Order: sequence, then structure tokens, then C-alpha cells
Amino acid sequence: MSFVGTFNQLDSRQSPLLRRFSSLLEEDQDLELLASQAYGLTRQYYGKTMRLFAPLYLSNECINNCKYCGFSRDNPILRVTLSVDQVETEARYLVEEGFRNILLVAGEHPKFVSEGYMEECIRRIHPFVPSVSLEVGPMETQEYIPLVKSGAEGLVVYQETYDRETYADLHTAGPKKNFDWRLECPERAYAAGFRRIGIGALFGLSEWKRESLALAAHAEYLLKHCWKSSLTISFPRLRPAAGEFEPKVVMSDHDLTRLICAFRVTFPQVGLVLSTREPARLRDGLIPLGITLMSAGSHTEPGGYTGVGKEKLHRTEKGKMVPLIGSEGEYATEQFAISDQRSAGTIVKKLKEMGMDPVWKDWDAALDGV
Amino acid sequence: MSLKSSAWTVAGRTFQSRLFVGTGKFSSPEAMKAALASCGTELVTVALRRADLSGQDDPSADILNYIDPDKYLIIPNTSGAMNAEEAIRLARLGAAAGLPKWVKLEIHPDPRYLLPDPIETLKAAEILVKEGFTVLPYINADPVLAKRLEEVGVATVMPLAAPIGSNRGLETRGQLEIIIEQSNIPVVIDAGLGTPSHAAAAMELGADAVLINTAIAIASDPSRMALAFAMAVEAGRAAYEMGLPPAQHRASATSPLTGFLDT
Repeated sequence: MSFVGTFNQLDSRQSPLLRRFSSLLEEDQDLELLASQAYGLTRQYYGKTMRLFAPLYLSNECINNCKYCGFSRDNPILRVTLSVDQVETEARYLVEEGFRNILLVAGEHPKFVSEGYMEECIRRIHPFVPSVSLEVGPMETQEYIPLVKSGAEGLVVYQETYDRETYADLHTAGPKKNFDWRLECPERAYAAGFRRIGIGALFGLSEWKRESLALAAHAEYLLKHCWKSSLTISFPRLRPAAGEFEPKVVMSDHDLTRLICAFRVTFPQVGLVLSTREPARLRDGLIPLGITLMSAGSHTEPGGYTGVGKEKLHRTEKGKMVPLIGSEGEYATEQFAISDQRSAGTIVKKLKEMGMDPVWKDWDAALDGV
Repeated sequence: MSLKSSAWTVAGRTFQSRLFVGTGKFSSPEAMKAALASCGTELVTVALRRADLSGQDDPSADILNYIDPDKYLIIPNTSGAMNAEEAIRLARLGAAAGLPKWVKLEIHPDPRYLLPDPIETLKAAEILVKEGFTVLPYINADPVLAKRLEEVGVATVMPLAAPIGSNRGLETRGQLEIIIEQSNIPVVIDAGLGTPSHAAAAMELGADAVLINTAIAIASDPSRMALAFAMAVEAGRAAYEMGLPPAQHRASATSPLTGFLDT
């Protein structure tokens, strides 16, 4: 039985661990006390260190229609898929910045972002990037295996929302409509040999406490069933993007802080991720409270770091490619607007001021055997 | 009068210090360097996955630049390896990169508690010993495994007191006592020692040395904490060498209750 079975019974069956987790989300729990526990556990298990990574967008082509996503198929945005050479250019830029842990991100589009293309990108950058992870459309186990063999070490897949009705309402076209297929994706990734698995929910789509409970249940299940993988959990909050989708619910900074502390206290050894979606001041405050992996200086559009890919830039209208007319724009459209715009160097400086050691390299390609 | 305990040897190399220090989790390489210097350690472990093995002098992986190889024996560890094959590959790469041909063999398939895999560890140890490595395997406190590893020629065994980073102290005490009693090679108690008193207790048991990382690295003053551990290790070892009185269940008066009979 996959997590789908456990998930379907979540309303009637919750482990003592999950009940405790839920209680930590309630307002009557002292946030300061929770934060102090989270701080202590983070220190104990991760020390005074912070791992850094950068996303590298390969393509913003997509066949899915997801109402909240800037890359959504029907959004008339400027799109491009980088060539493997251009991916290398972007990766070399990030390596020059210091990064040794890169997350390759792409929209879901079998024509542009095929397994063969992904494999080529990984093989090209892995010789100089020790840790390569992927955030791409869910695949079958058999399709993942060559990507692992090429050197990809981690796979990130967010369920977006764990609320089936909301999910159906927001995902109106494309393979992403299949809720269960996505829910089982981390297990397929584990079966294929990925060593790091990232899960998360996109907060702002549905009531946050319920989303959080399902996310915690997912983590609890994966820790028991995919016991050899390093699990990371992310808590992205919806950001402004093409399509102008408005969050259905608001998750406040207080709520996010409480949630991160609750995850740290419930799952002391699990990696918790914070991206540049969040503003600088909040990120700095959350760093000691549980976060173990953060991005820095990020771009969420293909070619965003070095400007490559402009020659193939085009617009799409309802999924149809339309050549650019005149000066419509110079850059591919971003997936969402980032909030913390500080450079990697500035963030490293900030970490050092806070008494934290920024860790760029925490992996060696020798472990992948590629 | 000095408390200095006796020197000891591992694979023919003599050491005065009985404190190994791990190099993860520090707030900066400078803080780590200062802590190493303050406690007089001579053996330092470094995770190969964090080091630059490419020979390119990678500024994003420069931890080795902060550890003087003339002052410390740098023992690379294979943390991150999930099986024998990966650990062997890492050890070979470390040696090829110019690190000492010593290896702290760590194979933990479970990234959560980082508990060592006994089967893969034995397999890897056998191969690495044959290749000429001085192998120091991290193991659960399993006396039979310790003997099996001794038979394949490892230089020490490094049984855990409690899971890595847990600071829970000598949870495996009973098993550690058996390992120490039966071992013909040095026993280094590794992982889970969270306070100097834990380290002293481990040394009083008869351990040849202890390895400390988290408790020093996350202390508010790592250098002072490193020194506190060094002092505890010395105290524990000195007490062990002198011989400790057996514990008794009943009180024993310092002035005998029947002393009047002799006056």
C-alpha cells in the first residue's frame, strides 16, 4: 500500500506523533517556548551550519494548467527551453558564485523537457557540480532510473495542496490533474534510487493547518517506508506570478514560524528548506529556528543568471507557440517573483554574522558512483 | 604532580592525547581550528564529502586548509556512504587526494539516526585492510561484530555510546564493557557523548580514547568546552589506570563502627 491509503484514512486515523504535531499548531501553545525547543534541536542535530543551494531553471514550457502557477499552459508568457550548452553556462555561473548543490527545475512538457534532455543536462553538469537535484514533472520509476544513474541525487516534488477538492479545482488540464499519481511520486523516486527526497505544500491554496497535518503525515510515512532517503520539507507560500492568482487563504508570518518550529520539534533530524520566496527579514529570523537548507540569489526563469537562451524566446497563446513581435521582452517569464533579492555573497556574510557556517559542499560525486 | 595518563598507540603510531575531535557543525572553520588547538588533540576526523577531493583547491570546500597536517593526524571519514562499495570508493579517493591512508569507516544507510550498517562495514573493512588502509570502523556497540572486525585486521573499533549528535551519554554501557573486556585492539568510544562527565565515564570504563564532535561544536565557547572534554578524558583515564574501587550497595563508614574493639 502506498501513502494514498494512509492519506485517505487521515481523518479517522492519526498516530500519536501526528496528534502531538497538530496540537503544536494551536494558538494556545506558547510560540516562544516552541521556538526555543526548535532552536535547541536544530543546534543539536545540524550544529551551527547552513547548507546552501540554488535553483537552475531549464525550461518554463508546460502542458499543465495550474491556476496559481506563472508557467501555466494558458498564460501568454515568454518561454524558452535552454540548450544543454546554455544549462552548462548557467551552472558554471552558479559554481563561480560558490554553489555546489544545484536544483534543476523545469515545467512539465515531454516534448521540450524529455528524459533524454534531463539526462544530458545532468551528465553535463555533474562533473563540476557534486550535488544535483531535480524538480520536474513526476515520472515513472523506470524513467527516473537513468536520471539517477546520470548523477541526480535528489528529487523534489510538492503536492501543492493535499486537499483533493481544491486540487481538482486548481489543476484544470494536463497530467498534473492526477492527484494520486503525484502523491505517490516520492515513493517512485525512492524506488528508483534517489537519495534525497523533498516534499512540500504550497501554502495559500487551502487551509494551512489541514495542509500541514497532511504534509506531516506524508513525512511520517516516508520516514518509515523510504528509510534510506534523506527527507527535506519545504513550506513555500504563494507569491505573485503571471495569471494574477490570488491566495485563497492567508498564512501569516506567525503561522509560518509556528509551522516550521512544529516540524522541527516533531521531526528533529529532517531537513527543512526555506527559499527566496520569503522576505529577507523573515528569513533571517527563521534561520536558527529549524531551517537547514536555503537558496540564495535565486532566479526563477530559464537563463536568469547569465541571460542565455534569448534567441529562442517565444510567446505562447493557449499552448501555441507564437514568435516574438518587435521588443516584447528580453527575458523568459519567471515562475514567481522572489522576495529576498540579496545575492549569495550577502547571505553568506549575514550567516557568518549570525555565527553560522555556510556549507556549500556537503556531497561528493564519488558517493553517486558516476 | 601531573595527571598525564600513559601514551597509547594505534597501528604503530603513538599518541599522547586520548581525545579524537570531529570537525562538523562548527560555526566557522576558525572556531574549529581554535577548539582543536585548545584541547591538545592529535587525531581529527574530517568528512570526505565536505572536502575537496578534486585537487583544484576548491574555495567552497576548503575545510582541510584549516587543519595543520603536521600537528594533527587527519583521519578522513566516509560519512554519507550507504554501503561498502561507496565507502571504499570514498576512502580510495581520499587517499588519492593525498590524505593519510587512514579511514574512519562510517556506513549508515539511515540518514536519520546515522546508525552504522554492520554487514556493509565488515565487508568494506576487509577490503580496505587488504588494500593497506588503517581502518577505524564506527560500529554499534556489538561485541561480536567488534571481534569479527578485529579478526579482519582493523586498527581500532569505534562503538557508539548513543546515536550521533544525541548527547545521551553511555546508553550502551553494558555492551561497551564487554567490547573493552574482549578487545585486543584499542576501543574508541564514539558518538552520543554529550558532556565531559560522559567522556570521563567512558574512559573510566577502560576505553582507550573517545571521539567528540557535536558537544564541542555547538557549545557557546567551543574552545573551552574542548578543553573541558580533554580534562575529563585525562581524569577518566587516570582513574582507570589507578583502578577504581567497586561500587557497593550499602554505606561503608569511614570510621569503622567496630573500631572500639581494637582500642
